[in-house]
Amino acid sequence: MTVLLIAIGAALGAPLRYLTDRAVQARHSSVFPWGTLTVNVSGSLLLGALAGVPTSPAVAALVGTGFCGALTTWSTLSYETLRLARSGTRRHALANVLVSVVAGLGAASLGYVLGRALTG
Amino acid sequence: MAPSPDLPVDPDVDLHVPADRGELAAHPGTVLGVIAAGGVLGALARAGLQTAFPHPPTGFPWATFGVNVVGCLLIGALMAVLTARPAGPLLRPFLGVGVLGGFTTFSTYVVDAQRAVTAGAPGTALAYLAATLVGALLAVWTGDAVTSRLLLTRADGAAAR
Repeated sequence: MTVLLIAIGAALGAPLRYLTDRAVQARHSSVFPWGTLTVNVSGSLLLGALAGVPTSPAVAALVGTGFCGALTTWSTLSYETLRLARSGTRRHALANVLVSVVAGLGAASLGYVLGRALTG
Repeated sequence: MAPSPDLPVDPDVDLHVPADRGELAAHPGTVLGVIAAGGVLGALARAGLQTAFPHPPTGFPWATFGVNVVGCLLIGALMAVLTARPAGPLLRPFLGVGVLGGFTTFSTYVVDAQRAVTAGAPGTALAYLAATLVGALLAVWTGDAVTSRLLLTRADGAAAR
């Protein structure tokens, strides 16, 4: 059952990352990978909120491991950082990875606090 | 300096790359389907490793650390292959966006770090945050560098024959 729930969550999360990335990129022409930052920060906010509320193992598998896990990514983030460094924009590369980690931690903490506050 | 228009910055999808830009309109169902299928495989592999190697809230999340570093090594290798030898249009969506995107995770990384702080192990959280960041970047660089070199050696060998 857990396997099925993780699979359903991932089957939604991975395409949503791709579609979000496309939608974000279509709105600006900068080389800075805003799309990946968007999915990573949103997924961290959601998983942080999930950590702050009492959840069943089923919800944790579906939303946490499956959906948030597949929506967010380290592989894309690291490759983008490598590409930005290679193309000469080293400051962008460093900013990309540092902003991602700091914003992700902030989003996870915010989600956690909101989750705790909403469920008392 | 702007990156070369033919090399993607973003391996999920880079709209500066003509082939990436056109792929969804050309086969929307197939592209999203292979991404979903790859995402399921990657996520299940990650979940299996996390279950096999659990960690207490104050402990170092070795499974997720390993998953993220290995995923970064593999995306570096994959993109080097795809850059040198353009393959079928579904390979990057399936392997890069789906399998490796679903295998690696950023949300669990930050939430596990935050959980370690809450559990009273800020040192572990900091070590985990830094180790993953450095490990991921070294891994993607290594995957790309080693694969590019191997492909170049093989190409030179083929040219010499």
